[in-house]
Amino acid sequence: MASALINVPAKARRGDIIEIKTLMSHVMETGYRHMASGELVPRDIITNFTCRFKGSEIFRADLFPAIAANPFITFFTTATESGKFEFEWIGDQGFSETASASITVE
Amino acid sequence: MRFASVIAIALLVAGSVFAAEIPQAERRSGYDFMKPDTKAMQDEDTANPGMLWVLDGEGLWKRKAGAASKACSDCHGDARTSMKGVAARYPAFDKATGRPIDLEQRINSCRTNQQQATPLPFESRELLALTAFVARQSKGAAIEAGSDPQLMPFLAKGRDLYMQRQGQLNLGCTNCHDDNWDKRLAGSAITQGHPTGYPLYRLEWQSLGSLQRRLRACITGIRAQAYDYGAPELVELELYVMSRARGMPMEAPAVRP
Amino acid sequence: MQQQANSTRRQFLGLAGGAAMLGAIPVVTVRPAEATPAMLASAIQSVTGGAAVRTGKVKLDIPPLVENGNTVPMTVSVNHPMAPEDHVRSIHVFNEKNPQANIANFHLGPHNGRAQVSTRIRLADSQKIVAIARLSDGSFWSASVDVVVTLAACTEDVI
Repeated sequence: MASALINVPAKARRGDIIEIKTLMSHVMETGYRHMASGELVPRDIITNFTCRFKGSEIFRADLFPAIAANPFITFFTTATESGKFEFEWIGDQGFSETASASITVE
Repeated sequence: MRFASVIAIALLVAGSVFAAEIPQAERRSGYDFMKPDTKAMQDEDTANPGMLWVLDGEGLWKRKAGAASKACSDCHGDARTSMKGVAARYPAFDKATGRPIDLEQRINSCRTNQQQATPLPFESRELLALTAFVARQSKGAAIEAGSDPQLMPFLAKGRDLYMQRQGQLNLGCTNCHDDNWDKRLAGSAITQGHPTGYPLYRLEWQSLGSLQRRLRACITGIRAQAYDYGAPELVELELYVMSRARGMPMEAPAVRP
Repeated sequence: MQQQANSTRRQFLGLAGGAAMLGAIPVVTVRPAEATPAMLASAIQSVTGGAAVRTGKVKLDIPPLVENGNTVPMTVSVNHPMAPEDHVRSIHVFNEKNPQANIANFHLGPHNGRAQVSTRIRLADSQKIVAIARLSDGSFWSASVDVVVTLAACTEDVI
């Protein structure tokens, strides 16, 4: 099942500040909801999102239950050289997903 | 006192007699009623959570299923060609049952008859994904549902269901969506109720959902007993509201509050 | 006949209310505990360590009246250079009335070029959102916005 949608410009000029957009499929169960029976629905969220470029971390986010389902996160970075962005989502119940996108910088 | 109540009754009757489909030129999609931030969610494929289901659906389209071990693609090839414009004509007339069926039911009927697989449960992730993927291939296509003459009697039933008052709040769909659209109900905009974007990502659900889910939610909202998923009444209602939106472009998967 | 029943009911409710006030009848609340202003303050404290927080530089972009509290688009940006020697190190977003005060923390560096992050958040009620930016020189800057959240007009839940 496809899990993530990533938007990274395919090309950029050196020095351009580009926006990266990410969308990950996840229910982000808050842990504050109750079933009709009264039982608490256990928390199940993505807790951490990291983006690395050529192995170095360029952006990191700590997420809490207040982040809406199917987390959408966008941030900026400076285009320095061609390479691959690697994205990682980690969360409760051993959730772990990765995605990647390449950019050509001229 | 009595005079006033007579006038009130006369107005109510007059209201229901004059409630007809919104003229073509005045039809507005639910998209128009949204705030810019929500519109932006729908506009960009990588920002639209509904696209996550479309991507899943693309994968399922190619996956072999059932005793026949066939994938949708084995018969239908590339959905971009074979499914183009299809969702805009649904609910369609089904020869086998002599009744209208909606897209979800058509997908399940293919699964049962062609793939020899078990039908997918309503509102399951897989069924939503396949429906979203197929509906997406009609993006921009003008809605044509309900033009088949064989659908006439079902269209009439759907129209009756749309017009009838029901539930503890004693409201019919028409009372809000024909008589009071563009006003507000407790802070939310009342739209014209056109299903141009189904299946869609509803912020309230934080998930993609079908038109039947939305209709059931509305019916529960007016404190009436909602029909079960797949009930003939729901399909007739779907048929009517789709035909009421004829000519409007498909937007699936849309985003709505 | 009917009038008598009404007044009896009113009397009972009056008594019940009064007794509850005295703590005799336990009141059951269905809503989860809300964050209090104290929780918000302490969450902010755990980031700033008690250092002074100045207003400015930070901009919180949230619709003043949300379309739906379950998914609220939010953009937070800091008007400050992102140079190696002087940049925004992190942005922390908090709320006032959700069950928990934290919303998210974003960790940045000079390579980001611009200190701006967008996401979608959940808001349980009309409340104040606070964003705090930590700069590389150790200073803290903040902005806050009051947001109105209404429930969806029609409930879908079968009661």
